[in-house]
Amino acid sequence: MKAALSALGVLVALVAIWQVVSLATGLPAYILPSPAQTLAAGCAQRTILASNALTTLGEMVLGFATGALLGVLCALAMAAAAPLRRLLRPALIASQAIPVFALAPLFVVWMGYGLAPKIAIAALVIFFPVAIAFADGLRRTPPALLEAARVMAGPGARWRVLLHIALPAALPALATGLRLGAGVAAIAAVIGEWAGSSSGLGYLMLWANSRSQVPLMFATLIVLFVLAIAFSALVDHLSRRLTPWLKETD
Amino acid sequence: MGAPVAPRIRLHGFGIAYGGAPLFDGLDFEAAGAGVTALLGASGVGKSTLLRAIAGLAPPGAGTAATEGGVSLMAQDDALLPWAGAIDNVAIGARLRGARPDRARAAALLASVGLPQLAGLPGAWSGGMKKRVALARLLYEDRPVALLDEPFAALDALTRGTIHALAARLLEGRLALLVTHDPLEALALADRIVVLGGSPARIALDETPPQRPYAALRDALDPGLRRLHARILLALGTSS
Ligand SMILES: Nc1ncnc2c1ncn2[C@@H]1O[C@H](COP(=O)(O)OP(=O)(O)O)[C@@H](O)[C@H]1O
Ligand SMILES: [Mg+2]
Repeated sequence: MKAALSALGVLVALVAIWQVVSLATGLPAYILPSPAQTLAAGCAQRTILASNALTTLGEMVLGFATGALLGVLCALAMAAAAPLRRLLRPALIASQAIPVFALAPLFVVWMGYGLAPKIAIAALVIFFPVAIAFADGLRRTPPALLEAARVMAGPGARWRVLLHIALPAALPALATGLRLGAGVAAIAAVIGEWAGSSSGLGYLMLWANSRSQVPLMFATLIVLFVLAIAFSALVDHLSRRLTPWLKETD
Repeated sequence: MGAPVAPRIRLHGFGIAYGGAPLFDGLDFEAAGAGVTALLGASGVGKSTLLRAIAGLAPPGAGTAATEGGVSLMAQDDALLPWAGAIDNVAIGARLRGARPDRARAAALLASVGLPQLAGLPGAWSGGMKKRVALARLLYEDRPVALLDEPFAALDALTRGTIHALAARLLEGRLALLVTHDPLEALALADRIVVLGGSPARIALDETPPQRPYAALRDALDPGLRRLHARILLALGTSS
């Protein structure tokens, strides 16, 4: 909530600077529309904006869910068995080294213009921070907890120690990974749309740009910004529920 | 309740080293049957390492460290789960063994250490409360051999007096090896007192106090105990 409020503050400040700049320079609307012109364009096209925002939000949510789920499974697999760890670690690094911009058009070729390639791209981008943060968390169980658990569990209880000790101890790291992933969900969805689509905020921006409807393009950008912030705030809020025992110090 | 096997701790030619000079080299030590053995020694001499080796957590570099009868450990760091409440912390051992936690027994043990209805999570408890929850967890394990690493270090003197009496009663019937830095605590609780000293550490003193001394301690030490107290301090002094 606090994060959302300070983001709103930043937004207001940016709008104020923007108004001042557009007044001072007197640039025409097709180069730099004023906040008022942008607002007018946004209101005039509110149905189009809303329906395209819904498309992008759907891509973000589904891409995030898919990427987070795969990241969690990958981290658990790595924690479970050393051979899997040796196999998955390079794959994990590779998944991050892939230039998503270059790959996006390929995804569109393979999966078409619909939802699927956007979900795939967002999932690919979100997978990495979730997997790497959770995997690190699972490897860094406080030694004192592990030792106490080993004495109590006796030999051959690896799975139960993982489930009852290492897993809950890694939840703060998972929460961090989820927050990082949420922060890039909107960008990933827009990259997917730019590679080929017929709806979504990224598509609407290109469409408005090609018709020199710059005020609409600005309005779209602002809706995208608000959507990204809201999604981050939501995931931030939910991820805190994973770690109710942690006291925040701010 | 006890296991059919008589509890026993046995170190034979025990040696362990971390990088530099060995902490232990050829240590022999044995304790058997019910009773409290207090283990004293200067900070860094290797008391915690010895307990971890006995618990099977630190493999000896030489010789053997073995127990008979099943072992439980209350580590120096109380190692409570920060996400779990008192009852879940006390009964975590059951979950780790794939059994159903006996919450009623955990609650009864919490009451027996003076913390009935302890609410909240470890982050909100005092150092003394955490130690007592860790003691309840040790008792929940119900093993013949109990290893306790400075269990009462975080308690103030008043709480200590009550918890000493409590611990003596609760540990009855077990073979307890209790690390402490307080000679009076050793005299108050132990049937046998062992002091470690030197590098590598050896047994600098191994004595059996003439009596179970709670009553004597409450007033003043009797002359025999006072002499033993002095010898413990001497042994501790020469060891550091
Ligand atoms: N796992 C370990 N790795 C490296 N050094 C260790 C380890 N455990 C103990 N030590 C060292 O061994 C010495 C004895 O430690 P410890 O057994 O905790 O002493 P005490 O409990 O008597 O104060 C210390 O110097 C400590 O730094
Ligand atoms: Mg110690």
